[in-house]
Parts: sequence; C-alpha cells; structure tokens
Amino acid sequence: MQWNSAGEFFAMGGYAFYVWGSFGACALLMLAEPFLAKRRLSEVRQSLIRERLADELELQQKTS
Amino acid sequence: MNQSIIQWFKFGSPQAFYPLAGRMIPWFWAAAAAFGIAGLWISFFVAPTDAQQGEGYRIIFVHVPASWMSMFIYLVMAFWAGLGLALNTRLSGMMAQSLAPTGALMAALSLWTGALWGKPMWGAWWVWDARLTSELILFFLYLGFMALQAAIDDPRRADKAGAILALVGVVNIPIIYFSVKWWNTLHQGSTINLTKAPSMAHTMLWGMLLMALCFWMYSIAVALTRVRAIILERERHTDWVKHAVE
Repeated sequence: MQWNSAGEFFAMGGYAFYVWGSFGACALLMLAEPFLAKRRLSEVRQSLIRERLADELELQQKTS
Repeated sequence: MNQSIIQWFKFGSPQAFYPLAGRMIPWFWAAAAAFGIAGLWISFFVAPTDAQQGEGYRIIFVHVPASWMSMFIYLVMAFWAGLGLALNTRLSGMMAQSLAPTGALMAALSLWTGALWGKPMWGAWWVWDARLTSELILFFLYLGFMALQAAIDDPRRADKAGAILALVGVVNIPIIYFSVKWWNTLHQGSTINLTKAPSMAHTMLWGMLLMALCFWMYSIAVALTRVRAIILERERHTDWVKHAVE
C-alpha cells in the first residue's frame, strides 16, 4: 500500500478533485438509478393493488 | 422442436419472464457488490502509482468500465430492438426500452469522468476529438431513443420507431471503438486489445476488469428491475398481471 496516512489517501497526490469527482459521480448516479427503478416498480405494483381492491369492493356491493 | 429451445421461448413471454427476473435480480446485486468491493480495493490500495500521471490515473478504474458498458449496452439494446422488429415479440421491445436509461447513464459517466481526467492531463475538459465526439453522439442516441419512445403513445409503435433509430445508430459503435486508430486523436489508444499483451501493470488490469464486471452486473440488475416495472405497466390490463401482484 502506498498511503502513509488517511490525509494522503484523500489528497490523491494533488488530484483529489478529479479522482473523487469521478468516483463520486459514479457512486451518486449508480445509487440514484436503482432507487428510481425500484420506486417505479413499486408504484405500478401499488396502483395495481389499489385497482384490484377497488374491483373487489365493487363486486361486493353488486352482490350484496 | 427441440425441448430445450422451447424452454427458452417460454421465457420470451412477459408473464414467464416477470417472476424469473425477480428471482435473478438479488444474485446480480450480490455479484455487483462483490466485484465492486474487490475492484475498489485494488483500485485504491493495490494498484501502484503511475509513473507519468501520479494518482490521477486512478480515474481509469471507473472511466474505462463506464465507456465499455455504454457501448456494450447499446449493442444489446439494438439487438433486442432488432429482434422485436423482426419477430414482433413483446418482451424484446420492453428489454430495449429498459436498457436505454442505463446505457445513457454509462455514456454520461464516461463523458464526465473523461472530462475530469482530461483537465489535469491534457489541460482541457473537452476537445472535439474523434473519440470524445463519437461518445457524445452515443449519449445523444440514447437520449433520442428515449425521447422518441416517450413521444409515441402506442407502445408497440414506439418499439418499432425506436428499433429503427437504435439499428441505424449501431454504426456509431465501431466508429467509437476504432476512432483512436482511424484518426489522430488526443485520446490515448486502447489499453487492452486482443492481439497484444496489455500495456499496463497486472494489478491495474485486474482492477479495471473487476470494476468492469461490477458495472456489468449492476447494469443487468438495474435493467431487470426496470423491465419488471415496464412489463406491469404495459400488461396491466391482462389477467395474469392482476394475479401477479399480491
């Protein structure tokens, strides 16, 4: 390992802005995208569940 | 027909693919995490300082995987789009639609990390060089594909229009790949190719490959998650969907 201290690691030999800017952008987008994809899936699932409950309710009212 | 071929066709239906994708997703996340941890460890703690670029070269560990994936995802997207156009299968168009945002994200990361690498090494965030320009065109192809599909209400017609765009755009992929050979560019040549031994330290190569595998597994996991949402959205009026969500 070439780092003598945590400070040296974060300084990245003077390239901190460029290195952390690159890895940071990747981390940010690659956390945001799965979050959005999962939210989209759960939204459509929720609306389908609501739709089914509404259908069942309607059916109950008709039969009673 | 051969039994095993029929098995594969079975999973071509959204109804069969929806639960299968759900079972596969956690495995791809696990693989992405494992490759990512190993890749990051090598990127920061094992790979040596570069003789010319100091620590700044470490951007390679995200720049190259993002660039590879941006090109590879486009090919896969165009393959599914083309298959949908030829065979009129429902799932193909959904797969293509699901891959586009992830491809666009990879192209954006490739351009972003490239700019952050170019500034300290070349002295410029951006140059209108063949490699950079063709990658920018790839990013716009993804955006164009998504915008075109979003603009057409009927999903099957949107698939067809998108497929034509995706297939025409495939011509850009070899242009990106060979741009560093065909033109004199500021961008360096490929670090890895099939005919020569890699021109870099082995630990650097391993770090790059592990990060590429991480990005690959990530892309599959997120595209499968999105395709599940698209399946439910598009098939919401069918009977099976009504029973698929509990």
